[in-house]
Amino acid sequence: FFSQIDVHLELEDQLAKFMRTEEAIIYSYGFATIASAIPAYAKRGDIVFVDEAACFAIQKGLQASRSNIKLFRHNDMADLERLLKEQETEDQKNPRKARVTRRFIVVEGLYMNTGDVCPLPELIKLKYKYKVRIFLEESLSFGVLGEHGRGITEHFGINIDDIDLISANMENSLASIGGFCCGRSFIIDHQRLSGQGYCFSASLPPLLAAAAIEALNIMEDNPDIFQTLRTKCARIHEALQGISGLKVVGETFSPALHLQLEESCGSRENDMKLLKRVVDYCMNNGIALTQACYLEKEEKCLPPPSIRVVITVEQTEQELDKAASLLKEAAQSVLN
Amino acid sequence: QKNGVSNGTLYKKTFIEHFEQAPMYVAVLTFLGFGVGTIFGYLRDFMRAWGLEKRNVAAEREQQKDFVPLYQDFENFYTRNLYMRIRDNWNRPICSVPGPQFDLMERVTDDYNWTFRFTGRIIKNVINMGSYNYLGFAETDVNALKTVTIELQKYGTGICSTRQEMGTLDKHVELEKLVAKFLGVEDAMVFGMGFATNSMNIPALVGKGCLILSDELNHTSLVLGARLSGATIRIFKHNNMQSLEKLLRDAIIYGQPRSRRAWRKIIILVEGIYSMEGSIVRLPEIVSLKKKYKAYLYLDEAHSIGAVGTTGRGVVEYFGMSPDDVDVLMGTFTKSFGAAGGYIAGKKELVDFLRTHSHSAVYATSMCPPVAEQIIRAMKCLMGLDGTTQGLQRVRQLGKNTRYFRRRLHEMGFIIYGNDDSPVVPLLLYMPGKIGAFARRMLEKNIGVVVVGFPATPITESRARFCVSAAHTREMLDTVLNALDELGDFLHLKYSRYSKSSHPELYEETRFELED
Repeated sequence: FFSQIDVHLELEDQLAKFMRTEEAIIYSYGFATIASAIPAYAKRGDIVFVDEAACFAIQKGLQASRSNIKLFRHNDMADLERLLKEQETEDQKNPRKARVTRRFIVVEGLYMNTGDVCPLPELIKLKYKYKVRIFLEESLSFGVLGEHGRGITEHFGINIDDIDLISANMENSLASIGGFCCGRSFIIDHQRLSGQGYCFSASLPPLLAAAAIEALNIMEDNPDIFQTLRTKCARIHEALQGISGLKVVGETFSPALHLQLEESCGSRENDMKLLKRVVDYCMNNGIALTQACYLEKEEKCLPPPSIRVVITVEQTEQELDKAASLLKEAAQSVLN
Repeated sequence: QKNGVSNGTLYKKTFIEHFEQAPMYVAVLTFLGFGVGTIFGYLRDFMRAWGLEKRNVAAEREQQKDFVPLYQDFENFYTRNLYMRIRDNWNRPICSVPGPQFDLMERVTDDYNWTFRFTGRIIKNVINMGSYNYLGFAETDVNALKTVTIELQKYGTGICSTRQEMGTLDKHVELEKLVAKFLGVEDAMVFGMGFATNSMNIPALVGKGCLILSDELNHTSLVLGARLSGATIRIFKHNNMQSLEKLLRDAIIYGQPRSRRAWRKIIILVEGIYSMEGSIVRLPEIVSLKKKYKAYLYLDEAHSIGAVGTTGRGVVEYFGMSPDDVDVLMGTFTKSFGAAGGYIAGKKELVDFLRTHSHSAVYATSMCPPVAEQIIRAMKCLMGLDGTTQGLQRVRQLGKNTRYFRRRLHEMGFIIYGNDDSPVVPLLLYMPGKIGAFARRMLEKNIGVVVVGFPATPITESRARFCVSAAHTREMLDTVLNALDELGDFLHLKYSRYSKSSHPELYEETRFELED
């Protein structure tokens, strides 16, 4: 109704230009972005192949869409290919139905739950071989991967038009609230009428849209912060290796990595209590950490309990080293 | 044994709602209008398929032409052929704060609404009858926003974390205490988005084996939350207590459909004010039904908090009831407080449960601090805690404006839906052609209105929806009413058969003197 302000239009234009796509659409809440984008395209009877370690927002979007969901093992392309082949044989049995069921693959650029990156080039090959569309969720990788921060497509050097829909939330790299979807106009325009989180909800407060525009300007003016961030991530990744009792899970260039217990004590509750003691020790000595929280009963594939370590580009090298040594101390005292 | 109206003692003041039906010829003409539109739609599609007419819609990529098509052709029939014709009345961008007046960016189309172009001109001071600005807190007065700017400089805008991990700030705690005090309940919890509040908390409260009884015209967020929860959903007719009672009795007598066991929980989902109808929920009757059959009540006060009630505390105060009668009080801050976000309030056990089990607390970012400060300021103003009576004045002004607006529209002879006290005023237009004409002509007179058609409303009942605000002055309302009068005569919109005379004093005259 009268809720589109010129700031929103400017933000959408700037995002589309930055990501080099035709159009972008803004949502007012990060969780609602992917949870409204998926049901706008995937309806009852369609088939969606999704990674096991997909985040909760994707799971809710899939539940709301009522399509058939097929999970494949995390980052396992062979498993995905097997599922796609099975689907192909099914299609040959019933070609009329196959002509109207849409097929999608939903993956994340950098997985929040494991810190891994998805193998996008192989996915593109599978896409054209089996004729499935790809939806990419780039909440963690937007502003982190790629030479100019454009995300995983720039990191792997893939043409952005090959991906049907890229969705990201602005709450991680842009330090604002909300989310956006970008892609070709053919796909994005549909969401303006059928995205539930867009039509039936209030729009982003102009304050936050302006904050996001400013953050985008900073990103465009200083393209070397991405490289700095990656070196810092590599540094802390290196420094955290070799802590007794804790193993590091995640890529070297991922700014959010998980520290899991090397051997579990038996029950999830005891693991979590142990990790909590590590976190408390660190908190008392000046480093703020948190345990990764999940809703245990609702997740499809519950990740093991872990501590999430997140890096910012503003932290200095001394601070990173101090954090790593403190973590080592904490692990020593609590786990031994 | 008492004679008289059965619910006579439940309602402390008269509850007047109108849902007048239009004369039969209007329904016939509406269907005819849609029929003509559909025939032309088929004609156009045929011409487009055979290349006789340009295709203006964005098309699929060349490399992906043999993929399964993303959209069914028929799904978009309505969008392509009927909606496109009047598309310029929606998504109009503005470039100022959506207060009682705003500045609109002028938009023209060269190819019949397929694409738009901004001319760069700004239409100033358009009267705003479409924004949910009930108490007028959408303002840019520097004094009022002083505290918000201080908070912005102190905290910044991003939280970058969820409530359970690292996203709970002292601002959130302060806000939650204030909300609980405002509503008169034990505790409250706030969330970053109103739509998400419903869709993420209803699944946390009910699950499989529970029964949800929801009103016919509930908002999409409530429907989505109910579907995501996995419980059985049964729908009762809008505001119809007999239908609700029948459903409750059947649920208790017959139990779950196959196993005949008792339902684990029965929860009734209603809204305070329904935004498309303007009707207010019949709260006293629902509470007495709930107590009799031992069900739970979830009240969504998105539009009614701040807008009804003598001090703006919502439908609970409007009916003179105590907030303990409602189990879950939910509301949003977008409408009356000029901010964004939602809350759930109730007993302490409920809110503590939600703090650990709500999907939003674990996975979604919390509200950002400047927005929280805006809500705190607005609520303090409403409660009178900032030392002025401004809050109360705003509520009174809204009540006066609502009653004046509705009374004048009734007198003019339009068909208005809804309760006499609700600030949402739907004016029925019925025919599809009039939707476009109405909105465009009102814009020419510098008044911005919102029109709604199918599929948000039933196919024969397209309407224009006015939202009265406390910030509207008498002159603004008079301008709008005069424009409506003119337009009503021009477009033949005055369908009402019960128009009240604007000279009631003539009916009071008991002795007529006849002149010889």
